[in-house]
Amino acid sequence: MRHEVRFSGFGGQGIILSAVILGRAAVMHDNKFAVQTQVYGPEARGGASMSALIIDDTPILYPKVADPGIYVIMSQEGFEKYGAHARTDAVMLVDSTLVYSRPDCRYIEIPATREAKETLGRDIVANIVMLGALVASTHIVSEAALEKAILDSVPKGTEALNLKAMKKGIELAAGSTQP
Amino acid sequence: MTRTEFWQGNTACAEGALAAGCRFFGGYPITPSTEIAEHMAVKLPKKNGVFIQMEDEIASIASVIGASWTGARAMTATSGPGFSLMMENIGFAAMTETPCVIVNIQRGGPSTGQPTLGAQGDMMQCRFGSHGDYAVIALCPASVQEMYELTARAFNLADKYRVPVFLMADEVVGHMREKIIIPDSVEQVPRKALVKGTLPFKPDSDLVPGFPQFGKGYGVHVTGLTHDERGYPCATNPKLHETLVMRLVDKIESARHEIADYDIINPGAEQVFIAYGAPVRTVQQVMHDHPGDNIGFLRLRTVWPFPEYAPGEFKNARRFLVPEMNLGQIAREIERHVRVPVISLPKLGGELHTPSELLAALEAYR
Repeated sequence: MRHEVRFSGFGGQGIILSAVILGRAAVMHDNKFAVQTQVYGPEARGGASMSALIIDDTPILYPKVADPGIYVIMSQEGFEKYGAHARTDAVMLVDSTLVYSRPDCRYIEIPATREAKETLGRDIVANIVMLGALVASTHIVSEAALEKAILDSVPKGTEALNLKAMKKGIELAAGSTQP
Repeated sequence: MTRTEFWQGNTACAEGALAAGCRFFGGYPITPSTEIAEHMAVKLPKKNGVFIQMEDEIASIASVIGASWTGARAMTATSGPGFSLMMENIGFAAMTETPCVIVNIQRGGPSTGQPTLGAQGDMMQCRFGSHGDYAVIALCPASVQEMYELTARAFNLADKYRVPVFLMADEVVGHMREKIIIPDSVEQVPRKALVKGTLPFKPDSDLVPGFPQFGKGYGVHVTGLTHDERGYPCATNPKLHETLVMRLVDKIESARHEIADYDIINPGAEQVFIAYGAPVRTVQQVMHDHPGDNIGFLRLRTVWPFPEYAPGEFKNARRFLVPEMNLGQIAREIERHVRVPVISLPKLGGELHTPSELLAALEAYR
């Protein structure tokens, strides 16, 4: 089964890393195929950043994502540029701290940046909160695979914080009411 | 034991080079190739190799040529603007028969163009960009796996034919991450050594002279001037110049079959795609989604020397469709070798052809 995911936010939030971690979980720990691509400009930080991931049980041929079924949106500009035209049967996870618009498709509100800052003490792990919520609500990779891929990818000394962020995301997804 | 990784194309390129025994990288960072230099800067010192960031791309390729003459497998990686700067010394490498690997992660040009987006606009430049007549080898990967494998092969070809070998990738393949299976080891074909007592530029029957490595007791003059078999400049003898240049070209052109690397899919088809690099992936998707349509595909991994006999293996072909991220550079080369129409499907702007665009082309010409 082919799944296409698009992540968007602003440069510096870890939008590309999110897709890399999810792809790593699929390939290295769930024995699937994945292709990760990105769009970025010459800016170092700020500006809308977009990253995409395809997960499939068979080798992936065309590597680009045009009309994804799953979105993770972490900034208002990211929503406007990369999320506003989501097809109606898509599902979108929005960081409700930073995104005020809502799509026409089904969406799940995750206050990731607020929770990362207030509960976990570091807003930098908001992307990991979103990843936890994504996996809990879509099951595109297993939670065990996601956990291993996070541990593979984050800087030494931050493992416990990042795992807490993942668990917070899973918890927020379970408690979210879906309109 | 092979192992699985989830790697970026540029990482796979660097790792393929290391596995092939590359121990020298001289370069200057440029998007979208920089990750290759970064990876080599971390890894080479741990393998007793040398990484050096030069002041520009002119010096980078010069350092690679010098390193190669010490016997090292040497490489650089760049993109369009840096590639243009390298052109003069690429000709020097061709004339002095210096094995080296030059990676070009192509981006949109001309000039600084589109640093972060893919293109295939340097395909003719890599073949003809330096002045004078010569021949080179160019390989085009379409996956992260091939970034590894073709980089490793590039070193063997460079050493075997004593020629600059180009890995002509693009931003799409260089930057995407996907599953890759890393082999235990990579075949390394060693450079043929010069037999003591033989003149340093006297070719064997394969038209390639043995290599007199610096520091091994040879006194060899290496010059970009037209030279005799001793390596001494002799730039006014018409016959000698003709013989030398013809040998530089013939040693590659006469090995066309051996260097060629391509797949023939559905040889009986009437409509045939020809592609290399990232657009291969779109053609593969179209063929996968439309199995009953009897679409043929000549999928090239070697672009130079062009396997000019390969399109002829499609005996029923009524036309060839050639999607490229340029204005038809290789489509024109194909036209020289076939008798049916060649339809160029150019795409500029940095985005890969979509499957629906290729399907529309199939319908339009059916």
